[in-house]
Amino acid sequence: MGKKELISCRNVSVQYGSLIAVKDVSFSLNEGDYLCIVGANGSGKSTLVKTILGLCRPACGEIVKNCKDIGYLGQQNAAQRDFPATVREVIMSGCVSRNKLPFYSNAEKQRAKEQIYKLGLEKLTKKSFKELSGGQMQRVLLARAFCAASELLVLDEPVNGLDPIITDELYSIVRSRNRDEGLTVLMVSHDIHRAVQNATHILHLNCNAVFFGTSEDYKKTPLYNEMTAVETCSTHACTHCARDCTASHIRLGVYPS
Amino acid sequence: MMKIVSLFSYDFILRALIAGSLVALCSALLGVILVLKRYSMIGDGLSHVGFGAIAIAMSLNVAPLVISLPVSLIAAFFLLRISSADSGIKGDAAIALISTSALAIGILVTSVTSGLNTDVTAYLFGSILALSSLDVWLSILLSIIVLTLFIWCYQRIFAVTFDETFATASGISSARYNRILALLTALTIVVGMRLMGAMMISSLIIFPVLTSMRVFKSFCSVTISSAVLSVACFFIGLIASFLLSAPTGASIVAANLVMFLIFALLGKICKLS
Repeated sequence: MGKKELISCRNVSVQYGSLIAVKDVSFSLNEGDYLCIVGANGSGKSTLVKTILGLCRPACGEIVKNCKDIGYLGQQNAAQRDFPATVREVIMSGCVSRNKLPFYSNAEKQRAKEQIYKLGLEKLTKKSFKELSGGQMQRVLLARAFCAASELLVLDEPVNGLDPIITDELYSIVRSRNRDEGLTVLMVSHDIHRAVQNATHILHLNCNAVFFGTSEDYKKTPLYNEMTAVETCSTHACTHCARDCTASHIRLGVYPS
Repeated sequence: MMKIVSLFSYDFILRALIAGSLVALCSALLGVILVLKRYSMIGDGLSHVGFGAIAIAMSLNVAPLVISLPVSLIAAFFLLRISSADSGIKGDAAIALISTSALAIGILVTSVTSGLNTDVTAYLFGSILALSSLDVWLSILLSIIVLTLFIWCYQRIFAVTFDETFATASGISSARYNRILALLTALTIVVGMRLMGAMMISSLIIFPVLTSMRVFKSFCSVTISSAVLSVACFFIGLIASFLLSAPTGASIVAANLVMFLIFALLGKICKLS
């Protein structure tokens, strides 16, 4: 292999009171991987990510983290809505973990500037964060995450509530960072199609790990068919429509138990 | 004008000026974090708890600080915990519960022992005469700690205040910052309560940042403006209270209110133009 193992989870379980959210999950994340965690609502995806980040404690099992600089992008947070901060201040705060001084060094300013340029945010830097649109906000927070992430980028359903164009844009930015710069990515996603297209590895959770392996292997499993299954196709009037069908579909959760 | 100059010849006014402006500075800086983290009611809760503790201290005939300081510190950690964690009772309701209980206990204790005398009302509504030289030293020490911490940890404070999850994920101990915040808030309130009164000390925490947010849009400018506004309003209020022989705490809150209205208007004008 020769690749550095950034994160390895061994038999991790997480509990909220008496509710077991994650049960006996083991997987490993190597340098340069793009891992998508998929599964139904309440299958423990976000909980697992929070545990990896150290925001929750595992009830049992072991998580070995072999990297320091982790960038995180979560779901949009309501508390940030009326926070007085400029876009620049928000992006710079991504460099905070490296900095023990009251002011940022030139190297950090340069790093932030580079991210601002790469994400096309130059015109927004002096703007107030709360005056941005939802898509712009996520872009700014992504820039902040890139500032923090020199090794690992963790995304927790970053595209929730964004329109498909901005969603694709965010996915392609993350993919290009993974392919071109070797940034390791760990993403929680609802969107099984985009997950499989983008990621190199898939972890399918349903409280416990149902599948862990490469995306190619995942496509061959019945899980993938079930996850992408379409209940009714209004155009083709059949129950299991082909995946490339572009007609509007009503998706029913036919998830494996 | 002569009257204002003569103001500075009184010892107690000087004490109030030094301690008060330093407390105003500290509470404005801490207020920026507390308000933006949605913890502003903690200040209010703490002042009530502090009052309850002082009432008990006076009935036991011990120095007020000896009891109110540790009690407020414990209460601060407790309040912070219940407002951040998902405990059984919602944070805001829990704070109201604790603060009114503490107030009730304080009033009950005083009515049983000494009755609501001038000393007790001085703590409720503040008194310019209440500050001793110990308070002055305490406020100087406090403001040195708050200012140093604030400037030294400014970037980390911003990160933790803006997004605690992100800060924790990138390796900052948010819990530690919250504990320091609770500790400093409790200290500020205990010192400032004598001057401003238990009923009104929380205004020093809440007003400056809200006023600044009407006009300023970046965290840095809001912080600086809050600190300046808070000290300015304190001076205006203190001088006005002296000239008009009005209660100090109430005058300072009134000055803050006027400033808030002016800034709200300015903000509206800025938006239109």
